[in-house]
Amino acid sequence: MHDLRKCYGEMVAVDRLSLEVEQGEIFGLVGPNGSGKTTTVECLQGLRRRDGGEVSVLGLDPGTERRRLVSRIGGQLQDSALPDRIKVWEALNLFAKLAPRAADWRLLLDQWGLSEKRDSSYVSLSGGQKQRLFVALALVNAPEIVFLDEMTTGLDPSARHIAWELIEEIRDRGTTVVLVTHFMDEAARLCDRMAVMRSGRLVALDAPRTLASTYGGSTHVCFTCEESWHFDWLKQVPGVDAVRRDGAVITVYGVGPLLPFVASALVERGVIPDDLHAEPPSLEKAYLTLTGHYDEEDE
Amino acid sequence: MRGLVNLAWVELKLLIREPLTLVFSFGFPVLVLFVLAEVFGSHNQDRSNYRGVEAIDYYVPAYVALVIASIGLISLPVHLAAYRERGILRRLRASGLSVWRLLGAQVFVCFMLAIVGAVLISALGEFVYDAHRPRSYLGVTAMFFLVTLMFAAIGVLLSALSPSARAAQGVGLSLFFLMMFVSGAGPPPGSMSTTLRRIGEVMPLTPAIRAIQNPWLGFDWSAYQLILSGGFLVGATALAVGLFRWQ
Repeated sequence: MHDLRKCYGEMVAVDRLSLEVEQGEIFGLVGPNGSGKTTTVECLQGLRRRDGGEVSVLGLDPGTERRRLVSRIGGQLQDSALPDRIKVWEALNLFAKLAPRAADWRLLLDQWGLSEKRDSSYVSLSGGQKQRLFVALALVNAPEIVFLDEMTTGLDPSARHIAWELIEEIRDRGTTVVLVTHFMDEAARLCDRMAVMRSGRLVALDAPRTLASTYGGSTHVCFTCEESWHFDWLKQVPGVDAVRRDGAVITVYGVGPLLPFVASALVERGVIPDDLHAEPPSLEKAYLTLTGHYDEEDE
Repeated sequence: MRGLVNLAWVELKLLIREPLTLVFSFGFPVLVLFVLAEVFGSHNQDRSNYRGVEAIDYYVPAYVALVIASIGLISLPVHLAAYRERGILRRLRASGLSVWRLLGAQVFVCFMLAIVGAVLISALGEFVYDAHRPRSYLGVTAMFFLVTLMFAAIGVLLSALSPSARAAQGVGLSLFFLMMFVSGAGPPPGSMSTTLRRIGEVMPLTPAIRAIQNPWLGFDWSAYQLILSGGFLVGATALAVGLFRWQ
């Protein structure tokens, strides 16, 4: 599966976007609200007609070959719903029946923690339960690619962690995952590669770790010490760019494997602070740098 | 076909879980038939107002058509528009449900509802007012089929034209009452002015009522009414399929 994609919304929601998702990876799509992430995945699923460019998903054009594509992909959509009175098992069973080769929905019910809610109606589910049901529905046709649009929004922390493990399992079984998310911890944890979008354009695409180290600022090492202590010699340590003091807290800025160098230099001089730690360049910072700190209008 | 049957089955179950949504479709025609039968049902009415038959014999088949009209003009478009508004259609579409299966399931549900309504109306007419049974069951069944299809197509068209479920309800109710009064399901048709009758002529409920009444009362087929009903069916279907929106 190799995709080259481009699409335009009515208001140039997505502007000449080109990227390729590799088979079997978890591919993240991040960006501020209104940056075109959802439009992009909707074009990929054939739910929106693109205005230009070429798109190939599993070798098929979602614009013209949607019918053949749809049984091979799964999608968890924003702004969708089910009838109020439909029961959880009925929804899964119905969607399984729509698919030519369905997964066992009872297994999905278990995996996504919905067994107890099997006979509950959709309207009685909590936000997190609805969200999990939608992910389960996206997987019920045993798709080759699954599109998850803000899958963990509304989930509590433990449900998020369970969801992450399940997503990794899905990937390990060979399903490609395209993940739209707002959460950088989620992207850092899950994504093999991620694209950062802004105003409908691609601003960066790489592994989260690489993005963090490229755009996430410098590494710094912090520890506390006595106020009278001299620290100028720390600037001689390999990789250190600057040292700053803020009361009892010393912060050492630099690049590369800063922590071991600083630590060994400190030990050498008999300084052994018990709170020595490194703050690596963060994906969050990289994201803010790349997207310019502001939210665009709502999607 | 599998998707269609499954969806239709789920839809029926959903209806049974919320039966109050059907109060209007069933309750209203039954209630009005009761009122009309009490007012005009006595045997000394001028038969010429009622195509030459007793008032109650005229009204029972007309109200079978009216139940179908309320399903097609109100229940179906409101239901579909709400599904679209809430993103349920988006969800179904993303899972590969085709337009034909979706609409096929809805039309199937319309038939189920129409059958229940027709049985209710017929039972009321027969057991309470001693109305005539259909002269030709085959003819009535065939016309029932045609009329239900026609109003289902009109219902899909109305849902496609409605921006929201509320709008669908407003438009549906207005059309329903207009048709009811000018198409011969309200005041005795013989007592209506020429203008009202002319308006009635272009409403789909008029040929629907005639089409069901003819075999019911033992009248001849009317090719004109059949062509008119068929025309509404084909026209509404073509427009509905062209204008149908998932979101």
